[in-house]
Amino acid sequence: MRRLWYDARVRAALLQVAAIGLFAALVAWLAGNTATNLAQRGIAVGFDFLGRAARFPISESLIAYEPTDTFARAILVGLGNTLFVGGLVIGAATVLGLVVGLARRSRHPLGSGLATVFVDVMRNTPLVVQLLFWYALVTIGLPNARQALNPLPGVFLSLRGVVIPSPQIEGSAVLLGLSLLVVLLAVGIGAWFARRHRMRTGHGPRGRWLLTALVPVLLAMIWWWVGLSVTLDLPRLQGFNFVGGLTLTPELFTLLVGLTLYSSAFVGEIIRGGIDAVGQGQWEAGRSLGLSDAKTLRLIVLPQALRVIIPPLTSQYFNIIKNTTLALVVGYPDISYVIATTINQTGQAIEGVAILMGLFLGVSLAISLLMNWYNRRIALVTR
Amino acid sequence: MPLIQSVSRRLLLLAVGALTLGSASPALAQQTLESVKQRGAVVCGASQGTAGFGLPDQNGVWRGLDVDTCRAIAVAVFGDKDKVRFVPLTGQQRLTALQTGEVDVLPRTTTWTLQRDANGVNFTVPNYYEYPGVLLRKDLGVKESKDLKGASVCVQTGSTTEVTVADMSKTYQLDLKPVVFDSVSSTRQAFFSGRCDALITDASALAAVRATQAKNPDDYVIIPANDKMEALTPAVRHGDDRWFDIVKWSFQALIMAEQLGITQANVEEKLKSDDPTVRRFLGIERGNGQALGLDEAWAYNIVKQLGNYGEIFERNVGKGSPLKLERGPNRLYRDGGLMFPLVFN
Repeated sequence: MRRLWYDARVRAALLQVAAIGLFAALVAWLAGNTATNLAQRGIAVGFDFLGRAARFPISESLIAYEPTDTFARAILVGLGNTLFVGGLVIGAATVLGLVVGLARRSRHPLGSGLATVFVDVMRNTPLVVQLLFWYALVTIGLPNARQALNPLPGVFLSLRGVVIPSPQIEGSAVLLGLSLLVVLLAVGIGAWFARRHRMRTGHGPRGRWLLTALVPVLLAMIWWWVGLSVTLDLPRLQGFNFVGGLTLTPELFTLLVGLTLYSSAFVGEIIRGGIDAVGQGQWEAGRSLGLSDAKTLRLIVLPQALRVIIPPLTSQYFNIIKNTTLALVVGYPDISYVIATTINQTGQAIEGVAILMGLFLGVSLAISLLMNWYNRRIALVTR
Repeated sequence: MPLIQSVSRRLLLLAVGALTLGSASPALAQQTLESVKQRGAVVCGASQGTAGFGLPDQNGVWRGLDVDTCRAIAVAVFGDKDKVRFVPLTGQQRLTALQTGEVDVLPRTTTWTLQRDANGVNFTVPNYYEYPGVLLRKDLGVKESKDLKGASVCVQTGSTTEVTVADMSKTYQLDLKPVVFDSVSSTRQAFFSGRCDALITDASALAAVRATQAKNPDDYVIIPANDKMEALTPAVRHGDDRWFDIVKWSFQALIMAEQLGITQANVEEKLKSDDPTVRRFLGIERGNGQALGLDEAWAYNIVKQLGNYGEIFERNVGKGSPLKLERGPNRLYRDGGLMFPLVFN
């Protein structure tokens, strides 16, 4: 018996069994208590409410929504909005972050100075305060709808947002899609041949610029031939608001700008760190080969820096997705708004929070998978 | 500052609230009165600041119709209107906070609805009848809500107003463009900045906003959003009938006092009354206190310390307040209103 206890493997196994048992007991205790308390307080449990009509409005969404739709649809709409904002911000923050990161390492004092100030200000103030600041700026700075600025015909700038003309396609949407697909395919094949030609000879094929310029002409000709036409739906002030056109609301604008600026400071620092991690010798090697600084950066430094950049950048992407839950502060209906309202309308707090956590977990895992795949692809392969 | 409280933090609160349902609470449901007595204070869910209903004054003392409703319960239990604690809650947090035992009672301009009633809370008796209203600039020339076609409206989340807006838009085919915020202050700020044409919420709350926040209150009008009334009703948790009774009758005492003509000023005098109804109400003839598990002088104490419903109304939202609201449906049944005194036998 004592021999067994002194056996490291047996002991480790015992400890693990004990730990798992303890955890399972804790979960069972929590679940039991929850069930008892819920029953005691007469709170109905279950996801039946998802099929009922939501009845609350969602001010703007990518996916069409009416208050008569179900809670499940409302949640989908909220998720769509969150992913839309998250995706746009991730894209914009990465591009802006790259600019900021490079500017921080620029030899130009104005560039590096500005970037340093930007990073310090953005990183050291709370995001909520920044969002409220941008929103106040937008709502105080812009005129009301009746005195809207009209910089270009059909473009209006007011407290109701930016309203621009929207293209209205007349004719068959299928034909439009099909023709686009065909042209894209042709461009792809052309690019493949051009690449092969260059690999063989070291030169791009002759007349490639002319061919590229022909693409839009070709498209226009196809559209004319199948009888497609695009007209512009011009927005106009009617009653209280603008009718027609596309609207970028102050809420969405504020959220996009605020989140992008805030996140790009963090992304910028990650990229700067990655570039710093690549040895000075690599730059010198690039120069000695006669490459310009830009080419050295693009072809030699960045590919190596990416290996350092990707893991922290992935966490930053998670942060961006999670930070979108601040949307409601500036009145944009994201997933957390929909869930909170659902909880308020139905009283199903546990289910609501569980759905929210599940959705965020799902989104984060998806990003994680994608980034891990990318990380493996760019990893150093020893040959 | 509730304004800068982040939504994620708020969601966290909700999550924590949901999780506390999982913690062991030894038969909490049946013992609200005991735990209130042990604690030495009634904990009430309060608003984040609605003038006339619940708002701390310059000295940090909470004042308002809902606040006095809560104080009446404290007087009934302890004989002291100051044995209360107020927990400011957002519209989203309030029901969860009540269900999880954060607060003992929720008198917080909460509309009595079927869904809420069926899902974990019990509504006592309405302490205010209300209609949803629309606050607008006068110069828009809007006379009724049917004229609001295409208007942008600012709404606060976590209220029945969201549903009101959606229903209104559909019924009158208004194609309203709602902009929804999470805090009272952001919603109002957005309205006064001109982001929205209209602010929609309870008419009394709109009167409060107009009185306290508009640069020139006369520039704004309030019109009814639809033809529906709502009953704002203090709520308690499911499963504790004794506490449900105490909350219900503490408020009823205010109504009955007004019916019997008993005021804060004349309550001493009324102790000498020969009227059996008055004597039973004030506890000179014993029985009502014992039935509720309270001191026999509970109703006397309530009137002595807070006055009757009429006095509370005028002081907080009526003529004696900046809101200057009409009694309207909140008059006694006798006077053509909906406030109905139940029998104190």
